Amino acid sequence: MKIIVCLKQVPARDSVLRIDDAQAWVRETDLSFEINEPDTYALEEGLRLKEKHGGEVVVVCAGPARAASAIREALAKGADRGIHIEDEALARLDSFTTARALAAAIRAESFDLVLTGLQSDDLGFSQTGVILAELLGAPHATIIMEVQKMEGGIKVKRELEAGWFQYVEMPLPALLAIQSGINKVRYATLMGIKKAKTKELKRVTPAELGVDLKPRQIIRRVYAPQKSKQTQFLEGPPKEVAAKLLEKLKFEARVL
Amino acid sequence: MSILVVMEQQGGAWNKMSWEALAAGVELGKALDRPVAAALLGSETGLEALEAELAAYGVERVLSLRHSLLGEYTPDGYALALRQLIQRAGPLLVLLAHTYQARDFAPKLAASLDRAFISDVVGCRVDDGGPVFVRQLFQGKMNADVVFAGGPPYFVSVQAGAFRADRLEKGGAPAPIEHPSVSLDAAQIRTRPLERFQEAKRTVDLATAEIIVAVGRGIKDPANLPMVEKLAQALGAEVGASRPVCDSGWLPLERQVGSSGQTVAPKLYIALGISGAIQHLVGMKGSRTVVAVNKDSSAPIFEVADYGIVGSLFDIVPALTEAIQSSS
Repeated sequence: MKIIVCLKQVPARDSVLRIDDAQAWVRETDLSFEINEPDTYALEEGLRLKEKHGGEVVVVCAGPARAASAIREALAKGADRGIHIEDEALARLDSFTTARALAAAIRAESFDLVLTGLQSDDLGFSQTGVILAELLGAPHATIIMEVQKMEGGIKVKRELEAGWFQYVEMPLPALLAIQSGINKVRYATLMGIKKAKTKELKRVTPAELGVDLKPRQIIRRVYAPQKSKQTQFLEGPPKEVAAKLLEKLKFEARVL
Repeated sequence: MSILVVMEQQGGAWNKMSWEALAAGVELGKALDRPVAAALLGSETGLEALEAELAAYGVERVLSLRHSLLGEYTPDGYALALRQLIQRAGPLLVLLAHTYQARDFAPKLAASLDRAFISDVVGCRVDDGGPVFVRQLFQGKMNADVVFAGGPPYFVSVQAGAFRADRLEKGGAPAPIEHPSVSLDAAQIRTRPLERFQEAKRTVDLATAEIIVAVGRGIKDPANLPMVEKLAQALGAEVGASRPVCDSGWLPLERQVGSSGQTVAPKLYIALGISGAIQHLVGMKGSRTVVAVNKDSSAPIFEVADYGIVGSLFDIVPALTEAIQSSS
């Protein structure tokens, strides 16, 4: 099975975000970056499918120069090779344009399965995988909690709302957007990290792929959200704060 | 050019979030001075009651797409049928609720028409005659104003709870109900959905709990959970969790609060080390009183909290447990 896993690199989860001077994004110079967490589950699922059925896992990432470290990490975890579509604009591009760049790179590979995470922790559009399926002309399913290979295709377990599930069958090649929690992701081993250095990481530009990066939607302004509720912040040493909170819950909110 | 709201039904029952999408459509229709049409999809029979219900809500017309291949949802069937409708009707804006189903097919539908889709919006307004949409970035830590580049139709989905369905008004004479033709072939539908099912019955019913102590990623390690359980015990509370905690297998899925878990509305909800991603907030924002403990003062959970403590849960939780034990 030849499996393509799409990765995005996003600001690390515990980052303190500051808005940039143009009020159009966050100040990237302050940040450290990591693989988008939902994508780590897609990568893990790809690695497991390869271990079970044989084949190859190719990691594709569209992002600025810094994103190469995300691909290296995936290679260290066991992916076979990487493709980095590199352009600074890809740091915050809309799903449609990103998917066009990914599709152009993936089309050159004769894949059986494309895996993506469900959404990104930065922009959170939750669209790139589904658009990619359309551009690649492949059937797809999203929010996947289980993947089984069958004769002539796959059977997947889709999560629906409010605790419902559904199995869906489809032929290959196909695209799946993987739900977080489908598996337990592995850490890279020292051996893996060493091996990763010798693995192929191909760098291409959108221009080389014949893709223009003209955005379909534009972030006009980024700002801190307004609070919907007045929060009373309680301060002091833990013991004092605990006593204050208990007092408030008993006599102000009257819920205890 | 009108505004087209695509409603979601399953087996003759609405997805309630669709009414919020309709409310957003009506609001934008007024602001942009455009008529609002509502569409629904389903099999050839059994949609009459839903069509009639929809027609009562002051929409310009109801467009009911009926086809034997639309009885069971598939992304191929829905995208193809709606694409035909949109190409014929030429709407300015296509609105949907940001449901699991919309996430599954709407990006494909928009892409098949070579158009962009602004998903999961929490607000909208009109600036210089054009619509501007508000979205959350970085899991709710930031907001952004987003606009479309290029021409219509524009695709938009609205976040659960962002628009008020209870403000929808029934208006005058019922709208005409149309049944536009749909041309679909079984060979065009490449996925085969099997029956829907629920996992084993739940043994914990968080929905009826009066007090919930919920724990998130901030707990760091399952070995730290007893501290939280002790607090829950002191309060006579149930333990809940955010998705990452259940994903990691630290607590069973049945304790998960949020869009993919349970929706709860206790009188007291104590969120420990939960950042407050929207998927979590939609499951608990109906709680009467919310307490949040988080070391990150910009965590979105504080937006819905009545009482906030910026600090380490490892300091606060034992202190709170002790305070409760010594006061009772």
